[in-house]
Amino acid sequence: MKSTFRAHGPRAIRLSFLLAVSLLPACGAPAAWADAPQSLPNIFSPSTTPAHSIMGLSFFVLLITGSIFVVVGGLLCYAVVRFRARDNDDNSEPAQIYGSTQVELAWTVIPILIVVVLFLTTARIIFAIQDAPKPADALDVTVVGHQFWWEFRYPSLGIVTANELHVPVTTVSYLHLLSADVDHSFWVPQLGGKTDLIPNHPNDMWIDPHQTGVFLGQCAQFCGVEHAKMLLRVYVDTPAQFAEWVKLQQQPGVQDASVAAGRHVFETQACTNCHAVAGTAALGTFGPDLTHLMSRTTIASGAAANTPANLHAWIENPDHFKSGALMPAMQLSDEQIDQLVAYLDTLH
Amino acid sequence: MADQTLPIAGTLDLTPPRIEERVSVLEWLHGWVITVDHKRLGILYVVYSIVFLLVGGVEALLIRIQLAVPNSHFLAPEFYNEMFTMHGTTMVFLVGMPILFGFANYLVPLMIGARDMAYPRLNAFSFWLTAFGGMLLYYSFIGGFGLYGMGAAPDVGWWAYAPLTAKAFSPGHATDYWALALIVSGFGTLGTAINVIATTLSMRCRGMTLMRMPLFVWLMLVVSGLTLVTITPLTAAQIMLVIDRYLGGHFFDTQAGGSAVVWMHFFWIFGHPEVYVLVMPVFGVASEIIPVFSRKAIFGYPAMVAASVGIAFVSLGVWAHHMFTVGMTSVGNTFFALSTMLVGIPTGIKIFNWVATLWGGKIRFRVPMLFCIAFIFQFLLAGLTGIMLSAAPWNWQLHNSYFVIAHFHYVLVGAIVFNIFAAIYYWYPKVTGRMMSETLGKWHFWLFFIGFHITFDTMHFLGFMGMPRSIYTYEPDRGWNHLNMIISIGGMIQGIAVLIFAWNLIHSYLRGKEAGNDPWDAWTLEWSTPSPPPVYNFSADPEVRSRRPLWDLKHPDDPDWKYEQ
Repeated sequence: MKSTFRAHGPRAIRLSFLLAVSLLPACGAPAAWADAPQSLPNIFSPSTTPAHSIMGLSFFVLLITGSIFVVVGGLLCYAVVRFRARDNDDNSEPAQIYGSTQVELAWTVIPILIVVVLFLTTARIIFAIQDAPKPADALDVTVVGHQFWWEFRYPSLGIVTANELHVPVTTVSYLHLLSADVDHSFWVPQLGGKTDLIPNHPNDMWIDPHQTGVFLGQCAQFCGVEHAKMLLRVYVDTPAQFAEWVKLQQQPGVQDASVAAGRHVFETQACTNCHAVAGTAALGTFGPDLTHLMSRTTIASGAAANTPANLHAWIENPDHFKSGALMPAMQLSDEQIDQLVAYLDTLH
Repeated sequence: MADQTLPIAGTLDLTPPRIEERVSVLEWLHGWVITVDHKRLGILYVVYSIVFLLVGGVEALLIRIQLAVPNSHFLAPEFYNEMFTMHGTTMVFLVGMPILFGFANYLVPLMIGARDMAYPRLNAFSFWLTAFGGMLLYYSFIGGFGLYGMGAAPDVGWWAYAPLTAKAFSPGHATDYWALALIVSGFGTLGTAINVIATTLSMRCRGMTLMRMPLFVWLMLVVSGLTLVTITPLTAAQIMLVIDRYLGGHFFDTQAGGSAVVWMHFFWIFGHPEVYVLVMPVFGVASEIIPVFSRKAIFGYPAMVAASVGIAFVSLGVWAHHMFTVGMTSVGNTFFALSTMLVGIPTGIKIFNWVATLWGGKIRFRVPMLFCIAFIFQFLLAGLTGIMLSAAPWNWQLHNSYFVIAHFHYVLVGAIVFNIFAAIYYWYPKVTGRMMSETLGKWHFWLFFIGFHITFDTMHFLGFMGMPRSIYTYEPDRGWNHLNMIISIGGMIQGIAVLIFAWNLIHSYLRGKEAGNDPWDAWTLEWSTPSPPPVYNFSADPEVRSRRPLWDLKHPDDPDWKYEQ
């Protein structure tokens, strides 16, 4: 349904700029420009309708600004070379020219015309992306920014998770952006432009990913000490994968008697003040929901892989990965941490 | 010669010989502290700014060492955040504004044939406010601490977005030092702006109508007017922030219903015109230097004046282009996209006029001119990336990425710092009586030019590849490693170039060639007095009949006033 909003420059223009952009790796850029390496962020390999429209606009603007650069830069270089003082100069002053109304008028009117064209193109894309009607079957996701992690809530599905967003391919997902503390910004370059998460100022954005895969992004508004480690992963799943993921996430936390010791540590230490595990006494909301912790590939908002060893190091002292993380080092014994990790390892 | 009505102090030589008094260090220091002479205050401003330029440059290099490789542990995250906050705040408030107002202080009275600024005591007061503002800011390294567990200096970004600045998120006093330092130096800036306006409007010599003022003076007049309008909302916002932090106010305190977006509006209605406050004086510098080294009158003087005033007006209506991603309505985004694109028209006119001034000239590639030509080229590119950023949907991608960092460093370094160097090379002989070394100057220029392009050209691509600003480190698997290393190498090259410049300043002061009154064969009034000028500037009141009084004097057969309208 979104195809009506696709706005592109003429195909020839796009092609010429694809060519130009394909030269960029020669300037030292690694192969981020090739086809669909979805793991590397790149605004020129869009995977949603808004991101495509933006790329179309950007090629159009690049064409115009590039032409201006060639013309004006060329004139400047020509003037500098052509009108340099020669060695055999007679030291007389050149003819003094004070100005010309016609010339001034010409180089005022031409830029005005260029601005009109640029403005109309830009306005069309702004309205196409921002004011697109929300389809009835859109998936609603509430994104809450925290210092320094992401909370994802699916109100219609009853799911709460963290740091790794799952959305189905081609379906329109509406992200409702909130903040629990300071300003953040949601940015996954392949999925479109960024939108800020501002306390007391809810925002919305939509994506309709065209391809499956994992897309990387991160917080794009400085939010404090560990802003750099507020990383984002978006999993674009096939409908079947997504349904399976939803089913898993809707389960209550696994109850495994063999890790009762670890669960005891979890529930009697301060862990439950901040973390929740559905179906248990752990109801904290200040930190990420851990009900299905092991279904995520990373911990600490993408700062480390989700392995037992990393979990151990993280619980022992979060400073190992993120020195400004708000989770405190709980001063647990090695044995307690081992038990705790064993417990967490069952939370699939 | 019948038409020559300009008594030139230097040529008439009414200057009494300068007596070298032997003074003690204490007396010498006391003389500088109590001075109300516009030239001495101008020198104080410039020296103060160059010191902070070095400090801010060291901060930039620390940032670049940290970012040269992924997951680096060279700087702690807390310290890195302090470094980019202090780098931005220092370069804008303690380098850019004071050095440009320092140039104005020194040059405006000389260029309009006056003996001093309109309010010499206000002038001294303004300088010392600015100076103490800078010291207050840097005292925070000792006296403040920031977010929990952090070091000392402000660490909330130079834009200091609410609510990160609230007590809840920034306990300690670092943010207070930041706010108070900017309030104090802001009042200093306001004083200087008032002074420049009063001076240009009431102190011009006989015959110097507004439309005969050198373009540098025109631009300082426009900038000073703009300063009055833009520094005030910043000062107001800082006071509101202090009220929030200490008197229980809730302007920006989102936990109590305040608005984070209101801070952004306050900050950017200051912050965007601020860019023009910084860049327009260097337009003035370019408009003085380019004609002299092209040996031609500036092309389209009235258009240049009109474009300057036009930029000042338009710049007041573009601030929310820094806020395309905060969730404005589509109509709001459209308006600010249009207003931003409009800036391109008067700035385009300026670039065209500079190129037209070069056209048909006999260009002499002395060091000031090299910097000015590089300035035109870089400012052209900076303007074009600005157009790209004004296309709001593309801005949603580029905002807060390294593309933006590249864009505004193209303006702040590629345009402003290049022209600050041009201005120093150009007027140094007037101020000190000695020429700066051309050889060292050329080394400085080429190293700085190459380093600049290695660093900032590369940054644009990092933005395309999704690297956000303000991050103290990055993951090794994002494909950003090589480009960051290249950028850091470019930064080091620029650092070396600045050291050569600093050495040139000192070396030439002691060993430079005698400059004489008019080493560049220039045309504005400051070149008619001795170098350095006496306290009273002109021994007789000058009288001018055109924009280039010294041209008229040097070419009595073909004076400007016959042709200017």
